Amino acid sequence: MSDKLLEVKNYSVASTDDVPILHSLNLTIKKGETHVLMGPNGAGKSTFGSSLLSNPAYKLTDGRVFFEDEDITDLPTDKRAKKGIFLSFQTPVEIPGISLYSFLRAAVKNTGSPLTGKLFRKKLNETLKVLDLKQEYLERDLNVGFSGGERKKVEMLQLLMLSSKLAILDETDSGLDVDAVNIMLKGINEFQQDKTRGLLIISHNMHILNKLKIDKVHILVKGHIVAEGGSELIQEINKDGFIHFETQAGDCNV
Amino acid sequence: MSDTLAKNPSITDINRNLYDFTKGEKDVEKLASGLTEEIVRQISAKKNEPAWMLEHRLKSLKIYHELKVPNWGPDISGLNIDNIVTYVRPNTKMAAKWDEVPEDIKDTFERLGIPAAERTSLAGVGAQYDSELVYHNIQESVAEKGVIYSGIEEALAGPYAEMIKEHFMKLVPPTDHKFAALHGAVWSGGSFVYVPPYTTVEIPLQSYFRLNSPGAGQFEHTLIIVDKGAHLHFIEGCSAPKYNVANLHAGCVELFVGEGAHLRYSTIENWSKNMYNLNTKRAKVEKNGVMEWVSGSFGSHISYLYPMTILNGEYAKAEFTSITFAGEGQNLDTGTKILHNAPHTSSVVSTKSLSKSGGTSTFRSAVTVTEKAHKSKTIVSCQSLMLDDKSRSDTIPLMDVRCDDVNVGHEASIGRIDDAAVFYLMSRGLSEEEAKTLIVNGFANPISKELPLEYAVEMNNLIRLEMEGSIS
Repeated sequence: MSDKLLEVKNYSVASTDDVPILHSLNLTIKKGETHVLMGPNGAGKSTFGSSLLSNPAYKLTDGRVFFEDEDITDLPTDKRAKKGIFLSFQTPVEIPGISLYSFLRAAVKNTGSPLTGKLFRKKLNETLKVLDLKQEYLERDLNVGFSGGERKKVEMLQLLMLSSKLAILDETDSGLDVDAVNIMLKGINEFQQDKTRGLLIISHNMHILNKLKIDKVHILVKGHIVAEGGSELIQEINKDGFIHFETQAGDCNV
Repeated sequence: MSDTLAKNPSITDINRNLYDFTKGEKDVEKLASGLTEEIVRQISAKKNEPAWMLEHRLKSLKIYHELKVPNWGPDISGLNIDNIVTYVRPNTKMAAKWDEVPEDIKDTFERLGIPAAERTSLAGVGAQYDSELVYHNIQESVAEKGVIYSGIEEALAGPYAEMIKEHFMKLVPPTDHKFAALHGAVWSGGSFVYVPPYTTVEIPLQSYFRLNSPGAGQFEHTLIIVDKGAHLHFIEGCSAPKYNVANLHAGCVELFVGEGAHLRYSTIENWSKNMYNLNTKRAKVEKNGVMEWVSGSFGSHISYLYPMTILNGEYAKAEFTSITFAGEGQNLDTGTKILHNAPHTSSVVSTKSLSKSGGTSTFRSAVTVTEKAHKSKTIVSCQSLMLDDKSRSDTIPLMDVRCDDVNVGHEASIGRIDDAAVFYLMSRGLSEEEAKTLIVNGFANPISKELPLEYAVEMNNLIRLEMEGSIS
């Protein structure tokens, strides 16, 4: 087995009503790497993230996707999750009538985590502490009435409980105050400890991006990857924005 | 998601092994099918009942012939009363010990978990098999308080005969509708409960109705009188195996809640899908009394079921909490009626309905606030969830308010299962079926948590069974 975690080749995605969104993307994330995906609003960043979990709201029109060298192009959402792909949702949905606790148990069980019985409870208590979440949250209905910040923390809680291999964090930091962002950073750092894992972070938050070890940055504009590089790209965008790249993308056939 | 369903329109039949077993008919006594004066007289004669009851039956029969079949609900033309056997007597007398109940019948109730529940969490149990009760028992400590829980026919021959006569079919007169009249003519079996003033029955009583005979009708009558300041929780369960011929259930439940009394009436109805469930339930609540209905309707081919509460005294309260689940081949028309007939009365109606695999569920509510009911409050909330494109859900709320200083609230929502929620759960490793089951369970949860624990478990199991194989 190579050290490749995720690889997309010639990856093109459209909406179910055939509006093209992503165009021939090529991207490889190796074990132990942290990648950042940046781009202006509407570039297709979230579409990319959720299509990696085969969101039925989109369809793959061309290309293949591999996870740990295995072709997973035809696998549905749950099978991909079981392989170890995790998506932290930008806007997690409310599910009334299901407590966060029973949901976590179901998720942990279904993703083949070794956490059972007492181990589960122990890890849960520790993680709650790291994320500064109260025990009471466990009894509340999943995301129902949770603030934006609470929802993001609950996503991070799941990430840390599920022992996935690849985490896609879609704007995990948006709408959070500085303290909450720092808590998220702690969570991400914990995830990064394990060098067999990888991260794809969709974010514009300099506070977060400046504090993380980043291996590669991809700039997505109008569904095309228009630039790639190291963390110096982040500083460039911080200074000049995406205008320069948007002009480039304007030349592409969309 | 909808693509997956569209590609696989055939839904495998639902596994209902838990309820769907038949016992054959050993030495049962069956009257001829159909409805004639002779049959009504035969039923009455077998019961050795007071003369007024025979009169009541014959009067009801006459009314039955005069009334028309309702023309506003699901189609019941598949029900032909000439083919229905109105009276099927199991080959046993009513027993007070399970050991005395014939093996096949005892086994039926054991598989339904009744004797086990009686040992752990009930104060008394009545079990009816086809037209007659086969078992009735009440804990000694409860009986010592003066609580009466017995077969209604047995009670009709005892010291409470007069009380029964005063109340029997007074809330639901035979003129109410055609099937109330039918009930009045051929009723058989059912329970009678009397709770004396200021007496609290700590744990529930339960009657279970099982219809085993193909092509038969079940017409049990439940009469409950909760006297001043008394408390009772009564549970009713019903089920039947599936046959290819129509079965009919036209029971009647009459509940009298005295001043300051409290009655909770819980039902889990899981008739088989060849059953016409045309049941009538009504409660009258006096000053400061509280009536709570908790109802789960999962079974039957067609249901007409609208328990009614008459709030007859000041500050009387009603709560109606229900869930209806209509699957393939089911048209469940359910809801409630509330009559505010005194000042300061209040009602809260909270219902959920689910439909799937082409099932239809309709919710009707009719809340009437009379001129007398000043300062009354009513809130009606109904939510419907359709699990696919083939199913149907309707909401028909009626409010008739004849008084201007009342507080009236209503909210309704009808929706489909949220694809984004399914995706979210699947992204955590749950299969599509598990994800949908979890969402449906969550939707039902506010209702199931009102049920006694073993029934909540049963309801969740039923939902799981209903969801099984719904996605390929």
